[in-house]
Amino acid sequence: MITDTVQIWTVIVVLGIGTFLIRFSFLGVIGSRQMPEWALRLLRYTPVAVMPGLVAPLVLWPAATAGETDPARLAAALTTLAVGLVFRNVIGAIFGGAVVLYLTPLLIG
Amino acid sequence: MPASRSAFLRGVKGSAPFAIVIVPFGLLFGVVATEAGLNIVEVMTFSIMVIAGAAQFAAIQMMLDDAPTIIVLATALAVNMRMAMYSAALTPHLGAAPLRMRAVMAYFLVDQTYAAASVEYERRPQQTLAEKIGFFFGAVAPVCPLWYVATYAGARLGTAIPPEFALDFAVPITFLAIIAPMLRTAAHIAAAATSIALALLLAFLPYNTGLLVASLGAMLTGAGVEIRTQGKRG
Repeated sequence: MITDTVQIWTVIVVLGIGTFLIRFSFLGVIGSRQMPEWALRLLRYTPVAVMPGLVAPLVLWPAATAGETDPARLAAALTTLAVGLVFRNVIGAIFGGAVVLYLTPLLIG
Repeated sequence: MPASRSAFLRGVKGSAPFAIVIVPFGLLFGVVATEAGLNIVEVMTFSIMVIAGAAQFAAIQMMLDDAPTIIVLATALAVNMRMAMYSAALTPHLGAAPLRMRAVMAYFLVDQTYAAASVEYERRPQQTLAEKIGFFFGAVAPVCPLWYVATYAGARLGTAIPPEFALDFAVPITFLAIIAPMLRTAAHIAAAATSIALALLLAFLPYNTGLLVASLGAMLTGAGVEIRTQGKRG
């Protein structure tokens, strides 16, 4: 549980303003000037650079099982990744992962 | 029918398919944030002020992990840095609009509106500014209001879901599902692999700072591999 109300509101407000400034950057201030090639190249990889690192510990050491690797969660993660890779479909991948997450405990009981 | 009106309708059509993605994401965010302890006002302000699903999920997860505020913000903003690229890409088409209008469009510049608009402007570059603006707001209409409504529904539903549903795992699954289709090139795969390896190796670092180092290393790896693979081709 997140209990620190000050933290919640700080994150909401600063993230809101910061995200707006990122979106407004070129459209509002920098204009039509070209972004340097190296900057574009780095920005292309921000989502795949941040999200896998965020997820990996959650998959291997989930807090809900006190950091113990859980077969159901691991299988669900691998299924999600596989479905996403093969079908390139976000909702299908979530659905596949959820099905495996709920079915694995029944199968290996 | 005036040209800007038909452009608006084209925008609605262009982004309508994304509604299928927005509803479950919004619902899930409402549920996850409520389960994490946020009240309805906090959850709704979050979705209205930020409108960026991945960053919102990341922020909630980091706060659950007791990360300090500055690290939560740095990570979530890093997730949103891609939007600077969107902003730069649309500027040649929308940059001539009045400042206030550009500010409103910047607020609504999300993954889905960007995707729809960039395809349209590439296909019909000679449209007037009014048509381009019309299309953009058309693309906003089926997506952004739904994000608020779905978040609200999820927040109302949130507390009613029992722990057997392992909702703690909704965020990892959602993120994996977003990432997997992005792994199109060797550079993307290398970046993702670096991110995972460094994040696990540096997990001992305090305040989740390992993730920031891992992200930076992964971005550099992706860019490096891109340069090398391009060099081979060219």
